[in-house]
Amino acid sequence: MIGKSKGIHIAANVVLSILTICVIVPFLILISSSMTSEHTLIREGYGLLPKDIDFTAYNLLLGGSSSILQGYLISFGVTLMGTVVSLTITTLFAYPLSRKELPARNFLAFFLFFTMLFNGGLVSSYMMWTRTFHIKDTVWALLVPNLLMSGFNVIMMRTYFTSNIPEEVIDAAKIDGAGELKLLVSVVLPMSLPILATVGLLIGLGYWNDWLNGLYYVNDDRLYNIQVILNKMLLNAEAMKKAAGAGVVGMPVPSTSMKMAVAVLGALPVMVLYPFFQKYFVKGITVGAVKG
Amino acid sequence: MGKKRKRLGRYIALYLMMVPGIIYLLINNYLPMTGIVLAFKRYNFKDGIYKSPNVGLENFKFLFKTKDAWIITRNTLCYNLVFILLGTVMAIMVAILLNEVGRACIKKVYQTVILLPFLISIVIVSYLAYAFLNESTGFLNTTLLKLLGKDPVSWYTTPKYWPVILCIVYLWKSFGYNCILYYSNLVGIDRGYYEAAAIDGAGYWKQTLHITLPCLKPTIIILTLMNISKIFYSDFGLFYQVPMNQGALLDVTNTIDTYVYRGLVQSNNIGMTAAAGLYQAFMGFVLVVAANLIVRKIDKDSALF
Repeated sequence: MIGKSKGIHIAANVVLSILTICVIVPFLILISSSMTSEHTLIREGYGLLPKDIDFTAYNLLLGGSSSILQGYLISFGVTLMGTVVSLTITTLFAYPLSRKELPARNFLAFFLFFTMLFNGGLVSSYMMWTRTFHIKDTVWALLVPNLLMSGFNVIMMRTYFTSNIPEEVIDAAKIDGAGELKLLVSVVLPMSLPILATVGLLIGLGYWNDWLNGLYYVNDDRLYNIQVILNKMLLNAEAMKKAAGAGVVGMPVPSTSMKMAVAVLGALPVMVLYPFFQKYFVKGITVGAVKG
Repeated sequence: MGKKRKRLGRYIALYLMMVPGIIYLLINNYLPMTGIVLAFKRYNFKDGIYKSPNVGLENFKFLFKTKDAWIITRNTLCYNLVFILLGTVMAIMVAILLNEVGRACIKKVYQTVILLPFLISIVIVSYLAYAFLNESTGFLNTTLLKLLGKDPVSWYTTPKYWPVILCIVYLWKSFGYNCILYYSNLVGIDRGYYEAAAIDGAGYWKQTLHITLPCLKPTIIILTLMNISKIFYSDFGLFYQVPMNQGALLDVTNTIDTYVYRGLVQSNNIGMTAAAGLYQAFMGFVLVVAANLIVRKIDKDSALF
């Protein structure tokens, strides 16, 4: 803005610094408590700074017989596979929608859009997935329901295609005799790397953070992903003992510090990768703001 | 003739690409819509969804006779209204302030940090809440309240605090995302407007009021419309996981989504649970169509569809 005073600058920095602290403090408490010894935590509570350093919680959680490592493995596997398949289906749906000359394009767009406005509800979805498709306690339960393709992502991608791929480029490729699939793969996609990265990222985050499918459809603890384990551990003490591993039977479980450590482990992969994908993430939010 | 056939061939190729997506939408989204008949049936396991006996509107009658129907509707709507209002105001304010930060690198730090909560799952958010609220070891009781000289509070069994707690958690988790949305719009505003306004003698507040906010109007309308379409829905994790599924808090934490889930798990009355789900889907649909109609009347270009 023009003609503003210096006061605005200072006010902006003050307010944003306070907000930054508000965002950071919970994480700080989480991390410092996860490395504090059990008896200090019980005496003094969760604090901002660790009063003594003790990694017992992590040792137990990452020990050989723990369910955490397996949960990681399932989360990574499902996220990887889900993201690849989902990104493929989403791209293949979005690209034809971006071609203005396609007959019935508006109908297909509405077919997609309607799913964002109305749904059959949890009860009938649950009945269908468990009784018709029998996905309960299979890996499909973590991959398929609700996560494979979202209307929001399709619309975002279509918007990118329509506004960033000039029609002349498509026409030129057609004159050169390229078929539609070749056109998509060798002309359109190389020009769309930012949106592929962005949508891929949102899909991946969706898979990594998903705990609902695990809650609804998985009872078999060999299939628990990291979020489901986190969820169970917060709500019941038995799951906590299990996560501590069979090696400590009879020993009291340091559940106060373990609760914090397990949350750190759950958030860690995303936090570590965040600086690398931050650029695409901000861009993605911006693209998503464009009307579909 | 040959040209026409060639074009047809191209269309077929394009349609074929969409087949996986269409199949998925049919199975994941459209097939469950047929399951809404459950709301009009007395469900039994043996006959299944479609063959269980019809009971007309009985499930709805039962549902609306219970106190629950009122509570879950009130909670869902009130929380969402407050979330939309506070969320929008906060996001716009922070976006405007972010735009005022001079140094690019500091701006980037703010951007990075305020997006962090959006990245983590609501399960982890509930752990963060637990670290603050746990009665014996939580940060509030052991540090903050102690500093203020107040007695510890049993947060997870005292309903009166939860409307505020849930609002804070919601804002904490989502304001960054919305803020970046508005910020990206702010950056796009033509600087010429501000220059012209400054020449005319408009101060900072006048410029904000008469240039910035009107420029954000389309985005505000779209986002609000999208939020209204979800006003009968609630973030299941926020209302189930963050209060740790505590029975004592149900009065202020039970929403339509948590009600339906509990109904499904206890599965004592599938028909009534399905009725609650249909009530939610139907009301949400009607609301978004109505809201969109109103926006279309006022400003055609801002409408969602």
